[in-house]
Amino acid sequence: MFALLHRLIILCRKELLAILKDPSSRVVLIMPVFMQSFLFGYAATYDLNNAPYAVLDQSRSAVSTELIAKLDSGGVFHRVASLTSEQEIAQVINSGEALLVLRFGPTFADELQAGGVADLQVILDARNSNSAGSAAAYIGAVVNAFNQDWSRRHGGSGPALTIESRAWYNPNLETRWYFMPSMIASLAFLQTLMLTALSVAREREQGTFDQLLVTPMSPTEIMIGKVVPPIMIGLVQSTIVMMVTMHWFEVPMAGSFVTLYMGLVFFLISSVGMGLAISALSANMQQAMLYAFMLIMPLMLLSGLATPVRNMPEPIQILTYANPMRFAIDLIQRVYLEGVGIATVWYDLVPLSVIAMLTLPWAAWLFRHRLV
Amino acid sequence: MSSASAAVRIEGVHKRFVDKESGRTIVALRDIHLAIPRGTLCAFVGPDGSGKTTLLRLMAGLLRVDAGTIDMLGVDVRRDPQQIQDRISYMPQRFGLYEDLSVQENLDLYADLHGVAAEARVQRYQRLMDITGLARFTNRPAGKLSGGMKQKLGLACTLVRSPELLLLDEPTVGVDPLSRVELWEIVEQLRRDEQLTVIISTAYLDEAQRCAQVYVMHEGEVLAHGTPESLSQHACGRCFTASGDSRAPGRILQSQLLDAVDMVIDAVPLGGAVRFVLNEATAPDAAPLHAILKGARIEAEAPRLEDGFMVLMRAKLQHAAAEPRSAVPRLAARASPAPDPLAAGGAMIEVRDLVRKFDDFVAVNSTSFAVSRGEIFGLLGPNGAGKTTTFRMLCGLLPATSGFLQVAGVNLRTARADARRRIGYVSQKFSLYGNLSVLENLEFFGGAYGLRGKRLRERIDTVLEQFELRGLERTPSGHLPGGFKQRLGMAVGLLHEPDILFLDEPTSGTDPLARREFWRRITSLADTGVTIIITTHFLEEAEYCDRILIQDAGELKALGTPRDVWVQAGHSATSSLNMERAFIDIVQQSRQAEILRNAEVAHGA
Amino acid sequence: MAHEVPAMPNRARRHHSPQAVLLRLVALTRKEVRQLLRDKSILAIGLLLPVMLMLLFGYGLSLDVRNAPIAVVMEDASPAAMDAIVGLQLSPFLSPVMLTTMHEAEALMLAREVDGIVRVPGDFSRAMAAGEASIQVIVHGTEASRASIILNYLTATLAQQGIRRVDRSGLDNTSGIGSVDVESRLWFNEANTSTWYLVPGLIVLIITLVGAFLTALVMAREWERGTFEALFVSPVRPVEILLAKIIPYFCVGIIGLTMCLVTATFLFAVPIQGSLPILLFASVLYLLVALGIGLLISSVTRNQFMASQVSLLASLLPVFMLSGFMFDLRNVPAVINIIGHLLPATHFMSLIKSLMLAGNVWPQIILECSILAAYAALFIGLARMVTRKRLD
Repeated sequence: MFALLHRLIILCRKELLAILKDPSSRVVLIMPVFMQSFLFGYAATYDLNNAPYAVLDQSRSAVSTELIAKLDSGGVFHRVASLTSEQEIAQVINSGEALLVLRFGPTFADELQAGGVADLQVILDARNSNSAGSAAAYIGAVVNAFNQDWSRRHGGSGPALTIESRAWYNPNLETRWYFMPSMIASLAFLQTLMLTALSVAREREQGTFDQLLVTPMSPTEIMIGKVVPPIMIGLVQSTIVMMVTMHWFEVPMAGSFVTLYMGLVFFLISSVGMGLAISALSANMQQAMLYAFMLIMPLMLLSGLATPVRNMPEPIQILTYANPMRFAIDLIQRVYLEGVGIATVWYDLVPLSVIAMLTLPWAAWLFRHRLV
Repeated sequence: MSSASAAVRIEGVHKRFVDKESGRTIVALRDIHLAIPRGTLCAFVGPDGSGKTTLLRLMAGLLRVDAGTIDMLGVDVRRDPQQIQDRISYMPQRFGLYEDLSVQENLDLYADLHGVAAEARVQRYQRLMDITGLARFTNRPAGKLSGGMKQKLGLACTLVRSPELLLLDEPTVGVDPLSRVELWEIVEQLRRDEQLTVIISTAYLDEAQRCAQVYVMHEGEVLAHGTPESLSQHACGRCFTASGDSRAPGRILQSQLLDAVDMVIDAVPLGGAVRFVLNEATAPDAAPLHAILKGARIEAEAPRLEDGFMVLMRAKLQHAAAEPRSAVPRLAARASPAPDPLAAGGAMIEVRDLVRKFDDFVAVNSTSFAVSRGEIFGLLGPNGAGKTTTFRMLCGLLPATSGFLQVAGVNLRTARADARRRIGYVSQKFSLYGNLSVLENLEFFGGAYGLRGKRLRERIDTVLEQFELRGLERTPSGHLPGGFKQRLGMAVGLLHEPDILFLDEPTSGTDPLARREFWRRITSLADTGVTIIITTHFLEEAEYCDRILIQDAGELKALGTPRDVWVQAGHSATSSLNMERAFIDIVQQSRQAEILRNAEVAHGA
Repeated sequence: MAHEVPAMPNRARRHHSPQAVLLRLVALTRKEVRQLLRDKSILAIGLLLPVMLMLLFGYGLSLDVRNAPIAVVMEDASPAAMDAIVGLQLSPFLSPVMLTTMHEAEALMLAREVDGIVRVPGDFSRAMAAGEASIQVIVHGTEASRASIILNYLTATLAQQGIRRVDRSGLDNTSGIGSVDVESRLWFNEANTSTWYLVPGLIVLIITLVGAFLTALVMAREWERGTFEALFVSPVRPVEILLAKIIPYFCVGIIGLTMCLVTATFLFAVPIQGSLPILLFASVLYLLVALGIGLLISSVTRNQFMASQVSLLASLLPVFMLSGFMFDLRNVPAVINIIGHLLPATHFMSLIKSLMLAGNVWPQIILECSILAAYAALFIGLARMVTRKRLD
């Protein structure tokens, strides 16, 4: 037993040394994690922020000025142009200079004063459907507030109905709060899979695998030696992302670290299993790399990282059940933001274990039978 | 000779490299001057790291000189490397074939790139295919060829056109003797027919002997140059053979001679006797020498290039070290006295009717043999004969298709892991972790074999001492020069004191000096009772073996002591041995028999 | 010694002739094509992955919310209360679940079976009469983008219902006081589906994939396998080596582009409002940029693993994150925006979205095409500069 443990320790030590001794691979393991954490933290946002807009105010009235002032002061919009003719609308929208144009018709103020319904035309650039949707909703809210205010000022009864809204777990509904915890799992996934996929292929290519196989170590031991170090590296990477999330972007951590790390370990084991299976199937490093990439792309896209799984059509949602990252992201989001315990998220561990239990023995079998 | 007639003129060339990791500057070439006349065959010889490859790359315009000029075919290489590359052919040490292209496609590519006319190709291909024996593999992807076959294909790609000058960097490493002879025939014919200038770097001194000019290089400098004859004269009057008891392996006397470092410069078993070179101070009738030779018959011999080379190298090394060469550290004999190799009972390796097929291709066909404890057993055969397949099956790296196979009493493929503790394995290619240091590699493999704590320390100390790796513990093993890598490979293979050591072409591409050291270690290991299985392409090395096995096309062709094999090849039992001759005869006889058999079958049908 | 005299340069000069150059180029290109066709992994990335991505983006990925489950807690079962939430049941975006206690709703929310809660309090009808009714809306905020869309739907639907109620309760209420009505017009994507905006971006991604990621491996592979050393000492010119690498991958890129355009048009009905030739021209320019980047990375790193990592970080990831593919660059901090605009992909991204959805916007076409052409020249030029027939 002790001898076995000793062999496993020296195997893992060798593996870590081989990875970490190379300065370029050290850079590749650490740099991208920081780069991507910051990039995702800052760039990955579906929230409007200083969205450029233009105004065509043909009514030139106090009310239109008041409405424009409300938009300008909200921080969401940023006025880039005041137009003078309708021809200019196409120009600013087409060029992408403005996300939307507000058009107050010549009779806007008169209709409003007369107690009628004044039309405010909003022309949105819907090339980016998400920005257009958010902007329309925001304008709607601003106008709604204006209407209530207007009605009160003119002796109306005030709103008959108020809507109190609240968002649980993410009070300002910031995209970042949702992205960063997802990155804790997905960034580590990328490189753990790549590292494992390459490790055996590299040993085959360099001839060191034969040297390993003639030692008294069994294929299972060799495999465990290949599995543990990438998991350790993955955990370090996850920790880095988590630190950036908690301390740089100040997204509050609501749950327990123990549950979070337990989920991560399960997840990393299943991704290492997939990496080993790729490794055993590939003839050389190039193939291992490309197959790993081939797998990473859809797994990332179907994980709920970029677009929520619940937005996907039903059949595709079923497809995501084969994706470990989907469950890892679910687990981490829930633990991190909602602060739930293992009693709630245990179901996420089931598919992760199943994936690990299928891929690891399969990879072990492939090793034994592909030594030719 | 007019100055215009020089094909290559090198003046005051220096070349340095900066090691990226350590930032240290390494001097690769120092003040090289040489002139090679057109139409000659010229060789560079020297140990690993002497600068041969760098010099050839500079000539080919692949590197830039730091100082000095290289004039090739009247063109300054530094100024117009493209013109040189248009006009010469170059075969790098590691010819990078496109492994997913077939043999024919690789050849076509190089023919197209060199602009070989279609009509010229037909003849050329025919000739190259005949010589290299690649004709039956034209559609096979280059990656699926054996190591030696790849080397031949590389040479074929280089020779696909007639250049004005041919640069060959160790073209015959890993190529079997039969093909080596054939390849040299092409090169010489090209030189004769087309007045081609050929510059070759080689570790084989018998190849250098065929050249008009030989440059002996050492640590970036030209140590000596001249015709092979003039270089041989450095050993003039100091070469002898001692023939004694023809039943005992020559290596015993040879190792005793080699250990007499203050008298003997070099000794090799040859032709059933031992050939040795004395240093200047020692007369052949000196008393201490006779104590070793014990009445063996001594005859003076004419010096060969190899003798001259060894004299030059030893002088240089002693000069550099300012102290006499030490004998290779002797291994402490095991507690049990070394048994007499052949008499000791119990086969360490037993193989009966071993067969290995890849799809329908029979790589090894019903082969049977046994190896006893303490024996040095050589596996020999031309490229693609099935040596490596047999070797890998013995080590448990490849399952046998059928047959019985036992190593140290078990089949390593199926045996419990513990059985593998009894074998050591040194592969042909360097196969340790390149970015781990020497010590880390030793610690890892020691641990893999279950050594730990004080025992591991002791063993590491011992092998570091034994393989002269002291002071290099912290060097990344991938940065070691070739010879050191090989020693580290051996150190790892022997760390756990195995009963059986497997060595796959350990000496291919190494210079005579390193080979001598290597064999001295092997013979002393065998003395301590370790069984050695070795494959080699140097047939003179067969004489170090107790017994050898020759394979061709997967079949066992000869088995026995070197002298037995000499007799099996059809020579008289008392005539002087020539293993290369024996090998070529056996392989040719078997191939002719094959042709006859096929003809009969065809006739019968 | 007559054999020394023949004019050797003549033999050398024949390697400069156009026929010789063409012969070598054909031979090298044929070699590349063979390698490409024989390597399943390259074909998988070059041809299979684009199709897979197209289908995933077209059918799977969406930022649009449909049928979001919502718990509606009716603590007041009066007709007035029922009337307030009737709009939720009619919305195609929401699917309400009727409950009676907040406790049940919170349990569903914790189990993440609903995306939000609408709570109509017990005193609703009484408060309504007093003109101070309120409805509570809670959304599950973990998936922020989905949550904010749902929140918008909920508030808009409930508010509309409120206004209609007020309308019905008596004309006099509205007679005196005017109100502003927002009339939105969505240009270029009337249904505002995310497919229309993701699919054109996908073309950028796929060209980057083939151009930069696959070619990043090809030079590095030759360095790693040592195949260059023998190739260099031949009449081959560095330009020929580069061209032979560019040609086959250019074709793979064009195949990928064609597949994308065909699926985009016929499967997902994404329009091509602008001119197709201009779209193809711009794509070719960007493909050349990507090939240049790939070859440059490959020649500099000379190592497949490093090359793949660098090209992932320097080309593929920025396309995802910084080019305006998924995330609008107008929403990010200024520094990130500037970095985004340094990327060639950003320029192609905005151009291709316009060409497909908006039409020919000439000033933009001219500007972005010249930027792309400049980048193509820059990267291919740099790749040419670092490709020397030297080992040091």
